[in-house]
Amino acid sequence: MQNALQIAWLIPLFPLLGFLINGLGRKHLSKSAIGVIGSGVILASFVMSIWVFLQVKDGNTHVADYFNFISVGDLSIPFAFQLDQLSSLFLLIITGVGFLIHVYSASYMHEEKTEHFGRYFSYLNLFVFSMLLLVMGGNYVIMFIGWEGVGLCSYLLIGYWFKKAEYNKAANKAFIMNRIGDLAFLIAIFWIIKKVGNVNYHDVFQFAGENKFSTADITGITLLLFVGATGKSAQIPLYTWLPDAMAGPTPVSALIHAATMVTAGIYMIARSNVLYSLSHTTMNIVAIVGLATALLAATIALKQNDIKKVLAYSTVSQLGFMFLALGTGAYVAAVFHVMTHAFFKALLFLGSGSVIHAMGGEQDIRNMGGLSKKLSVTYFTFLVGCIAIAGIPPFSGFFSKDAILLSAFEKSPVLYGIALFTALLTAFYMFRLLFITFSGKFRGTHEQEHHLHESPAAMTIPLIILAVLSIIGGFVGIPEALMHGGDKLSAFLSPVIKPHEGTPVSHSTEYGLMALSTVLVIAMIIAAWFKFRNYQRSEAAGFGKVLENKWYVDELYDKIIVNPLNKFGGFLNSFIEKFVIDGVVNGVGRIVNYSSRQLRLLQSGQVGSYIFLMVLSMLVVFVLQFFLRK
Amino acid sequence: MIPVLLILVPLLTGLTSFFLKNERTVRSWALFASLVTLAVSLLGLTLLKDQQYLFFQAEWMASLNSSFSVRLDGMGQILCLLNAVAFPLIFISTWRSNYPKANNFFALMLLAQAGMMGVFLAMDALLFYFFWELALIPAYFLCSQWGGPKRIQVTFKFFIYTFVGSLLMLVGILYIYFHTKDTSFDIASFYKASLTAKEQTWLFWLLFIAFAIKMPIFPFHTWQPDTYEQSPTATTMVLSGVMVKMGVFGVLRWLLPVLPDASWAWGDSVSTMAVAGMIYASLIAIRQDDLKRLVAYSSIAHIGLMCLTIFSVNNIGMQGVMIQMFNHGINIIGLWIVIELIERQFGTRKISELGGLAQKAPAMAILFVVIALANIALPLTNAFVGEFLMFTGIFTSTVTKYNIWFTVLAGLCIILAAIYTLNLIRKVFYGNTVELTVNTSDIKLNEKLALGIIVVLIFWAGIYSQPFLDVTKNVSTDVTNSILDKPEINKYLRK
Repeated sequence: MQNALQIAWLIPLFPLLGFLINGLGRKHLSKSAIGVIGSGVILASFVMSIWVFLQVKDGNTHVADYFNFISVGDLSIPFAFQLDQLSSLFLLIITGVGFLIHVYSASYMHEEKTEHFGRYFSYLNLFVFSMLLLVMGGNYVIMFIGWEGVGLCSYLLIGYWFKKAEYNKAANKAFIMNRIGDLAFLIAIFWIIKKVGNVNYHDVFQFAGENKFSTADITGITLLLFVGATGKSAQIPLYTWLPDAMAGPTPVSALIHAATMVTAGIYMIARSNVLYSLSHTTMNIVAIVGLATALLAATIALKQNDIKKVLAYSTVSQLGFMFLALGTGAYVAAVFHVMTHAFFKALLFLGSGSVIHAMGGEQDIRNMGGLSKKLSVTYFTFLVGCIAIAGIPPFSGFFSKDAILLSAFEKSPVLYGIALFTALLTAFYMFRLLFITFSGKFRGTHEQEHHLHESPAAMTIPLIILAVLSIIGGFVGIPEALMHGGDKLSAFLSPVIKPHEGTPVSHSTEYGLMALSTVLVIAMIIAAWFKFRNYQRSEAAGFGKVLENKWYVDELYDKIIVNPLNKFGGFLNSFIEKFVIDGVVNGVGRIVNYSSRQLRLLQSGQVGSYIFLMVLSMLVVFVLQFFLRK
Repeated sequence: MIPVLLILVPLLTGLTSFFLKNERTVRSWALFASLVTLAVSLLGLTLLKDQQYLFFQAEWMASLNSSFSVRLDGMGQILCLLNAVAFPLIFISTWRSNYPKANNFFALMLLAQAGMMGVFLAMDALLFYFFWELALIPAYFLCSQWGGPKRIQVTFKFFIYTFVGSLLMLVGILYIYFHTKDTSFDIASFYKASLTAKEQTWLFWLLFIAFAIKMPIFPFHTWQPDTYEQSPTATTMVLSGVMVKMGVFGVLRWLLPVLPDASWAWGDSVSTMAVAGMIYASLIAIRQDDLKRLVAYSSIAHIGLMCLTIFSVNNIGMQGVMIQMFNHGINIIGLWIVIELIERQFGTRKISELGGLAQKAPAMAILFVVIALANIALPLTNAFVGEFLMFTGIFTSTVTKYNIWFTVLAGLCIILAAIYTLNLIRKVFYGNTVELTVNTSDIKLNEKLALGIIVVLIFWAGIYSQPFLDVTKNVSTDVTNSILDKPEINKYLRK
């Protein structure tokens, strides 16, 4: 009998249909129809995803093979979906959080013209579709289809307001930086094909399990995959696109930063954990890059004044934590943090959208302040998000971050120290954001003050749901030390991700670490309270200026890569092409011209017509010969 | 009879076009003719399913041992199909373009089509050469008579290049002819010609340069951007969509199997040229301000990838080249259609003078973006399948030890392609309108039809490519094995 999960193709099909209906019907449908269709298809996928999750929970995993995507000679790449613990978990996050963002969007984007409203929802649906392909794919090529698909959708959505030149540049930047990573991913796929002969997860992991990869091969493949992940998940050196990506509408940022896109890199490495566990070199690099990114982004976030920029850098930083977890072998902790982060980051971004909405498009927190009175729902939910991301028990972020810190500690105290420091910075800049925005006196214009209002229910209800999830979401992974059998997530994922083999830490040490981080985080929050509760505008100076300007990394990239590339292209175009190559060709031409003039054989000077007549007569002769043959 | 019909229909309709007086009549006549050719080609496709190839042979110049032998096999089929699909698309999309002396224009277009059909079908070296010229001469006149203001210099350059190429090819063909066992132009005799390593080497370069000019491969490419820029767009579509494939095709059919030892020995040199040309052309494309020149340079990079793949001699890659020849042709015609529209409407192709078209002409913008993204090989579009197979072929190549380098360097062009394509889209379609584009009108029905067909083909071949891949399966294996199976090469292969 066919496996019931064979029907899982419906999950991506719904958003695809939504994309087509909203895309093609954007001029004919009403806004409410568009909103209902756009959100409805995601809800349908979410319901299907729950069903898949329950199936998987009962132990039914399945690789659904549909048709040959590419089949040449010995190489056969099926269009297949893999439904197991890991993909079903991601399905829930993507469609669940995605659905809330869709509902929120319908209200947030209501000012747009119907046509653009339809375009917006069609892109949003396509985004979810691509992400679903990415996590459902049964082999690396299908994953890659989704992988480039989300890159495309982020491009379309970041540049959604396409009249603004700056936004389009941000969109291009996102796509191109992603493509750099994509190239590495592609080469890894070629490498796998060369060694294994196909790209199905099952075959590749089996091949790896039998230790058939040489050290060079496995290191090369995993490193290339990781470079791919740095593009999509915004790690050093390819992270600079993500903060610029906030050019898109705010719900899009929530979608990119929480439910889709940036989690792709984590998913890819978690999916390939069998390969990564074979290469210590790669693991160390992943951990170091992750930690460095976490620290770098956290320092930048300290001095940003755009509400969305702070959140964007916090995403980069949190993703760094996830890579640290991956690099220390704590794959489950990384996936756990993806999940909790999806809740509180979606919450924070949607909350910031609510603030921006109330402020009439203002994003600079220096012009806000004291918003807690007028925007109480937004304020309380935002506060929940900040507590969750800061990692105070029993909020969700505590459990996932604790798992990461613990695995860093097991690996080395130095890693742990830096990670803890970064976590403290996180608490500090998040509460700085909270206090500057919501406490103190209002610093905006009178007109803005007059218009301040809480957002409609379609926006606040998603906020409340996400706030609840941000509080309770961590209970699926309570560490053994606190509750026996509390780590349900590790148990659930164990068929895909082998339990973590670190040097076990004694429970008393674990308690100590938890207490230490909690106390320090609370201290940081208090420090932020005293510093920012009555924020007064001031200009950054000295080192603060370097941070405000993001360590000048964008300027550096322009100087060492973009400008030289442009100059070199210009040199090739105006010198090599025009003078060197064409010089030779025209030289030959002149010689021919000269000799023909000397010979005076071609009286007309029209070499072409002469040749043409020649060939034409040849043609006639040939054709005649064909018909006159005996 | 199918192969003969494929040549005869455009040839005879083309010749009759010379005598039609009314512009509208000749336009309709040409469209009708191209549709008949398409029907014949599709018929050939269904017949080919049951056989390996369709063959026709008649005595021609018996004294020279040259016969009129034409054969439709998988590779010929995919290119003839491209040729047959391209012309109706061209005629439909340029329905509103006016040409002085339209009868001559359409006649030459159809003659070029006939010539290209012959090239893809000929199984006799002399016949191949004859059709090669038959295809080129009309192209030359189309550019020199109906081209832009700089057409005289440009067609002169085009002529020099082409003339040199043809001459080299003719010398090469004649030399091989005299060294076949039975002094025959037949392709089978050519495949069995006995040539020393030294002879193979210089013959290889003679023929390679001839084909390289046509493809074109760096540094034999400078005729191309100029010619594309100056030719009437309908002709540019023919040149870039179909005619450049004559060069790729020539390498696959007449170079590799005839001179396998030299093709193997010089593979790395050619690959280096190809990959250098790809990067070179991509970097230049970033700096272009003229839409036509930008697309021309991007095409040089794409064709360079095909050349690189061919000399990596790998079945998967070879298959990729064959499907990509079709895909590239379809996609680039799509790009030209929009560029032609822009030029006709605003009288300029300068990217810096345009802007904001997406606001005024959303249908045009959407269709262009889809085709442009296909051109940079986004997954689920046709070019992804082709490029994926080609890159896999390069990376897994057994004939070179530089495969990783070639893959990485060629891969850089994937990134560069994204840069110039997205910049083009950003500057022309997004942003605010400029004075010139305030009163932009959107595309008309005929253009929508042509672009719509192209978009359907893009997704069809991108999502379910198997029918396309199956057509060229056997030929691809044959070409690859013509080199890999040679005992003296086989022992050197890297396992």
